[in-house]
Amino acid sequence: MDFVSILSIFVLACFVGYYVVWSVTPALHTPLMAVTNAISSVIIVGALVAAAAAGVPGAKWLGLLAVVLASINIFGGFAVTERMLAMYKKKERPDAVRK
Amino acid sequence: MEHGTSVNPWVALAYLIAGVCFILALRGLSSPATSRRGNRLGMIGMTIAVVTTLLTHLPIQAVGLVLADSSGAVATTGPLFARIEMLTLLEILAAIGLGAVIGLTTARRIAMTAMPQLVAAFHSLVGLAAVLVACAAFLNPVAFGIAELVVPMIGQPFAAIHPVSRIEMTLGAAIGAITFSGSVIAFLKLNGSMSGKPILLPGRHILNLAVLGAILALIAGFFETQAPWMFWAITLLAFLVGFLLIIPIGGADMPVVVSMLNSYSGWAAAAMGFTLGNSAMIITGALVGSSGAILSYIMCRAMNRSFLSVIAGGFGAESGGASGGEAIDRPWKRGSAEDAAFLMSQAEQVIIVPGYGMAVAQAQHAVREMADKLKAHGVRVKYAIHPVAGRMPGHMNVLLAEANVPYDEVFELEDINAEFAQSDVAFVIGANDVTNPSAKTDKSSPIYGMPVLDVEKAKTVLFVKRSMGGVGYAGVDNPVFYMDNTMMLLADAKKMTEEIVKALD
Repeated sequence: MDFVSILSIFVLACFVGYYVVWSVTPALHTPLMAVTNAISSVIIVGALVAAAAAGVPGAKWLGLLAVVLASINIFGGFAVTERMLAMYKKKERPDAVRK
Repeated sequence: MEHGTSVNPWVALAYLIAGVCFILALRGLSSPATSRRGNRLGMIGMTIAVVTTLLTHLPIQAVGLVLADSSGAVATTGPLFARIEMLTLLEILAAIGLGAVIGLTTARRIAMTAMPQLVAAFHSLVGLAAVLVACAAFLNPVAFGIAELVVPMIGQPFAAIHPVSRIEMTLGAAIGAITFSGSVIAFLKLNGSMSGKPILLPGRHILNLAVLGAILALIAGFFETQAPWMFWAITLLAFLVGFLLIIPIGGADMPVVVSMLNSYSGWAAAAMGFTLGNSAMIITGALVGSSGAILSYIMCRAMNRSFLSVIAGGFGAESGGASGGEAIDRPWKRGSAEDAAFLMSQAEQVIIVPGYGMAVAQAQHAVREMADKLKAHGVRVKYAIHPVAGRMPGHMNVLLAEANVPYDEVFELEDINAEFAQSDVAFVIGANDVTNPSAKTDKSSPIYGMPVLDVEKAKTVLFVKRSMGGVGYAGVDNPVFYMDNTMMLLADAKKMTEEIVKALD
């Protein structure tokens, strides 16, 4: 992919991010941070490329270490988000007083 | 030009699908009802990205070679190749497994009150991973498809990194390093391992600007020359910047800091996505980057402060002051748990205003129990949340959710502020600055202009506070303490709430 196509994806994704994030309810801002944390660990893709490549041992080991760090984040981030989201419940009796 | 990733359109498509899954994951958070489905989509997206990378980058072509000429002659070399690949795969799987064990254990054990620290710690890991990936790309650029092997007439052959990639990878390393060291400091401050007070170095603004300038100059230099020392110097200086940026910022400004670091971790991932030409990384980086930026903006707006003034730091350093001194002389009323229980049980509507103090005292479960008792008395109970209550965006909402408070009883500032005037009791627990009416009237107040909850408009204000001595993080006295309709409940937030629960029986 040439630089301009990559840049196009990036700029458009920034706009998507802007509108999607403004629509997140403030009550879920903490899960939002936890889940963005998890997905930003998609950097694991770069770590895997380094870890799978042969030739330069230093780069390979750095890659493997990055795989460990990113995996902590991926598993930890998604799991803790799941745990938080499971706690958000509506009122049990819908007949109770609302707004 | 690019390695693997862009050659095969199916691979590019897979990364695009992963990116779309991540967008939908955030989209799901627009309501608690759809949020869990969103989170699952995020997991699916991550799985697609990881599997695609493994399939395309593991040295599997050697296996293909064995299959291609399986005529006997290759039989001896075949298993040898296969074993080497298995080793690589096993190493990677072990690394993922190790991370999974650490991550899942942490996620399961962490207390909800410690969520800000955990998020800061996670940010630091993303930052460090970005630095490591950038270093690996620098050491082995050919594997990343960002360099051509140049064999000169004289001397060693070397990998010439594409000029654009030189900028992308140094930016990735620098932003990652700032994210890492900044998050470590934020973690230490949030965890209480380091004082939440701002640490002000003399001439820090000039120092910060000088280091930032040096980094930019080195990036320009690296773009021209690809000199290895410049790459390492950029990384080291960026670690220093992250450290210097966060130490002068006080505890109360941590919601902004955590959001800002969230944003940085996204930009770091995006920069590495540019290096790899990987759409999943770029989309995610842009999403996370804008998410953190928007949260920082929301937090700053909720404190009526500019982003620059927060980053400049020092807020809350000059505590006490004139208004703090005269505080002791003014008359105020002290109440007991029984008084509070009586007042609230007679009320028609009670609004509970939780703050960081509730988190520190772990009082959220006691508060919910109190609300249940009140509801049994026929009282309508609502919760009012200020955007900067707590130490990270949405901190109070998570704690209340943990204590089984239904989310439709919890309201944001602008939705509930008009209701205080019609409420019998405002029950303030562990919040202070966010209820301070001088933000509306006193132009000399450091928090002037900050939107606050109008608790003083309620018929009675019950203010749970540890002691009269302490002031909020802004270091300003709160006039609500001395109003005729205010009753101070001086005790540990959890203990006081539990006593009220007992008195309500």
